[in-house]
Amino acid sequence: MARAVSARRKAGYSVAAWVVALLIFFPILYTIITSLKTEPEAIAGFNLVPSFTFESYRTVQSQNDYFRPFMNSVVIAVGSTILALIIAIPAAWAFAFSPTKRTKDVLMWMLSTKMMPAVAVLVPIYLIFLRTGLMDTRIGLTVMLMLINLPIVVWMLYTYFREIPGEILEAARMDGASLWNEILYVLTPMALPGIASTMLLNIILAWNESFWTIQLTTTNAAPLTAFIASFSSPQGLFWAKLSAASTLAIAPILIVGWFSQKQLVRGLTFGAVK
Amino acid sequence: MATQETRKLARVMRAPAIFLLLIWMIVPLGMTLYFSFLNYNLLNPAMTSWAGWFNYQYFYTDPAFIQSIWNTLVLVLGVLVITVVGGVAIALLIDQPIFGQGVVRILVISPFFVMPPVAALIWKNMIMHPGYGVFADVAKFFGMQPVDWFAQYPLLSIILIVAWQWLPFATLILLTALQSLDGEQMEAAEMDGAGFVSRFVYLILPHMARAITVVILIQTIFLLGVYAEILVTTNGGPGYASTNLVFLIYRAARLNFDIGGAAAGGIIAVVLANFVAFFLMRAVGKNLD
Repeated sequence: MARAVSARRKAGYSVAAWVVALLIFFPILYTIITSLKTEPEAIAGFNLVPSFTFESYRTVQSQNDYFRPFMNSVVIAVGSTILALIIAIPAAWAFAFSPTKRTKDVLMWMLSTKMMPAVAVLVPIYLIFLRTGLMDTRIGLTVMLMLINLPIVVWMLYTYFREIPGEILEAARMDGASLWNEILYVLTPMALPGIASTMLLNIILAWNESFWTIQLTTTNAAPLTAFIASFSSPQGLFWAKLSAASTLAIAPILIVGWFSQKQLVRGLTFGAVK
Repeated sequence: MATQETRKLARVMRAPAIFLLLIWMIVPLGMTLYFSFLNYNLLNPAMTSWAGWFNYQYFYTDPAFIQSIWNTLVLVLGVLVITVVGGVAIALLIDQPIFGQGVVRILVISPFFVMPPVAALIWKNMIMHPGYGVFADVAKFFGMQPVDWFAQYPLLSIILIVAWQWLPFATLILLTALQSLDGEQMEAAEMDGAGFVSRFVYLILPHMARAITVVILIQTIFLLGVYAEILVTTNGGPGYASTNLVFLIYRAARLNFDIGGAAAGGIIAVVLANFVAFFLMRAVGKNLD
């Protein structure tokens, strides 16, 4: 798109784009601003300049033990991602480098499990969790989120692995590389970027998953999604406190997201849009 | 590299993932199907008995069921219209030569990373609250009566929140598609005197058709499952005004302890989702060849 554009037109487009972008971002921005206000300030009407107090952040930690749900989120999101990768990497590998006639069908079937609405299996999963004592445990939720995201992880890895040229393997073999050396020195370096972006996307998805995390936890294993949802019950006017808790809950994943936005398109469309 | 040995190895490598997903698919769904034919209430599990089609009859003839299906469709369609139309417009805008394109992109994509309960509570309290929200402040500034969004327009309010969450997704994917458009073609059309409208209709839209399809189908899968946004804002009310199918089933299972009824509701959720999935699979499947 190397068209000559007059400076004035560019300025016009820029202003329009920035206005739209700021409007879309505004709720997040306003939450961050409000988190730095005092409670009376927070409900005193529209005001973009806070008094920069960190009181609300301190209160969220001291009154609600914010650190516990935060650690639960970290353990569950990272744990389920690593678990999914351990199972998915070999599978995606086999699909990409040793395809059979049925590979495409199997992959489509895996994708179709992702289409199953969570609520359809709410009853059995809830009962199983109750009976086996998995209710409100980190391990139960970790396994659950691993299962939910496994199809996406396999698919994403598959689309990345498929782009590794097979000739390179042949060349390595001609040079006398053993299977182990082949994997360690030729394939792994080429596969790592794909694995890394799959991991980031999956951590985002697991961090924000808000059906099972709310259904299958009460207090002990409750991650941030369930913790924040508990703020919906009326407990007075704690705008600044809610803002502080919200800011803390979304900040880490917002930053991860900014870094992985390019892979996001590919991952969430199962490679249909690149 | 398809020697006998590697093929055997490949089978072993595939097995765990396939096995896990097979169990994950068959066991809970089978249980749901089984429960849907039982009179089974968690408050009184000793009274469990065979119910035949009773749960289905009971669940599907409930007026709340019809309303929840309607709400589900309105929610999905409303969000789709806002995000696709808005997404195309914003993608076209960002694709223009602008200052600070990278930052604009980051600002626009951000809401997608906000977890649903946070998104819903931010909107409920900071933006749409009739007393202290920004909308109310704006209304007061213009001397108008603030709107009590969640009491007066519960479903619309939820549509707005969910649309805000998904607008970035649509924009990002449509922008990616737009950026692969052939610049020379556009230039040629422009030289031949094609105005923006005809370029949009005959060049840009056909080019984006596939991406738009993907956006619609993937969003539909997720939008059929909207739950947390309703839980923290309206709790499905007033009455059933903002209860979708997911929320109705959740209510039956977790608040009424009606396992049989919730299972029967779950089965129709599966049918609904499969209907959508069928089309998504075809769109994605084409890409494999």
